[in-house]
Amino acid sequence: MAPQLAIVLIFFFWPAGQALYQSLLSQDAFGTSVQFVGGENFERLWHDATYLASFKITAIFSILVAVLGLSSSLLLAVLANRVVAGAWVYRSLLIWPYAVAPAIAGVVWLFLFAPSVGVVTYVLREWGLAWNPLLDGDHAMALIVMAAVWKQISYNVLFFLAGLQSIPKSLIEAAAIDGAGPWRRFWTIVFPLLSPTAFFLLVINIIYAFFDTFAVVDAATHGGPGRDTAILVYKVYYDGFKALDLGGSAAQSVILMAIVISLTIVQFRFIERRVHY
Amino acid sequence: MVENRPALTVLTHLTLVLGVVIVGFPLYVVVIASTQTAQDIVQNAPMSLWPGDSMAENYRVALWGGVLNNGGRVAPAWPMMAVSLASALIIAFGKIAISLLSAFAIVFFRFRFRTACFWLIFVTLMLPIEVRIGPTYSVVASLGLLNTMTGLTVPLMASATATFLFRQFFLTVPDELVEAARIDGASPMQFFRDHLVPLSTTTIAALFVIQFIYGWNQYLWPLLMTTNETMLPIVLGIKRLLTGGDAGTDWNIVMATAILAMVPPAVVVLLMQKWLVRGLVDSEK
Repeated sequence: MAPQLAIVLIFFFWPAGQALYQSLLSQDAFGTSVQFVGGENFERLWHDATYLASFKITAIFSILVAVLGLSSSLLLAVLANRVVAGAWVYRSLLIWPYAVAPAIAGVVWLFLFAPSVGVVTYVLREWGLAWNPLLDGDHAMALIVMAAVWKQISYNVLFFLAGLQSIPKSLIEAAAIDGAGPWRRFWTIVFPLLSPTAFFLLVINIIYAFFDTFAVVDAATHGGPGRDTAILVYKVYYDGFKALDLGGSAAQSVILMAIVISLTIVQFRFIERRVHY
Repeated sequence: MVENRPALTVLTHLTLVLGVVIVGFPLYVVVIASTQTAQDIVQNAPMSLWPGDSMAENYRVALWGGVLNNGGRVAPAWPMMAVSLASALIIAFGKIAISLLSAFAIVFFRFRFRTACFWLIFVTLMLPIEVRIGPTYSVVASLGLLNTMTGLTVPLMASATATFLFRQFFLTVPDELVEAARIDGASPMQFFRDHLVPLSTTTIAALFVIQFIYGWNQYLWPLLMTTNETMLPIVLGIKRLLTGGDAGTDWNIVMATAILAMVPPAVVVLLMQKWLVRGLVDSEK
């Protein structure tokens, strides 16, 4: 007990408290004078166009990651669940990206889509699409979305498979006897029963897109071109460690914490409700 | 199988194979790129999708470092892999050890502030380290732990997922077992060692996989923590290689290093697949 409490206190509550406290301070560039400014850091963020833009970017990014990741992995999981013999082969072949570090996923996709040497870039150019994630913000966004989704697919598939396997076979058989085809069975039985899993994964994927993708972004695009892929976490890092705006960075941390906490609360509320039905 | 629909089965397999190919294609390109020379990749864009013949050379340079044709120097990857391995193992075992102990305390002992302690740990579940990098960095710096293994690993153990998993499991241990152990004269620690730990081996195995991957794949924290090359994990080392821009990067070496960085966690995942699935699914209930 004691060791964990010590670690939690030193490396968790102390920093969190510091973040709160620092978010209320303003430091000059050399750290020589510190001033208490109250809510000014937050107010400044509110008027900061780049921060609001970063919010928008993060929102677009996480929605894309969640929707694409969930729909593709749901499809794969439902199909893999149909397979009787050799299902484990597919599972093994789909599970390994779980082990890939986000940063490596970023590098790999960067290589595939590199403007002059990328294999996929070449194909796209043949099709008449001048692909250049280093210049075009939308291309860069597409690149990190793909890398992030690719990395996350195995996790989603695992959960969907587990969810699918807990659906009673008798329900599906009964529906089949009543004459419902596979398509109908999926939408009227499987999908509703899977919705708790799907909802859980939605929250997890949004959290993933918010935080764990820092490495993808940093490795693949550095938040560029310009600020077009600077998601919120990247901005916390950049402002705090590159631009040395400690107060602003801490204020951003606090906002992020608030977002995660509210997401988690939503999730727990939902799980509690799920128990009753 | 509910009914037999050959057409649908064929379609299922086709789609699955397509999915597997799409998921696997990046890996294939990486492997191929790691067997070619830098010239092959850059000059004949797009690179050929057949294996080249400089695989041994690329991995030798990636692992032990060396000087490239263009005069660039490559730092050896094996010390970085050692750092990654050490930190991943420390994080995995450290987290399992402290979580076992605190879950034990929370479940089996009644003491003052028990609920308070529980909640203190519980809230950490919500906040990934990425959110609190700045302040955590200054705490670690003020403790003088920058560029040390302690600084690299201990802050990452401050999370509650593992504690929760063990708590859930311990709650299912029947009271009779505890009473029986007490009647036989076992002290609490003996009970912990002789009953709880052996009972939770599958949970421990599952957590080991999850935490090993988590530790190996850390990026942001080592990025801030390590300024010294001897403490650089491999995931970060790869980014150091991306220096020359688009066509100037030695992609063959980068890709060989990427494979080196991917293999250990992938082996752990594939070998311990069964436990991983159990652990992941259990931990989120």
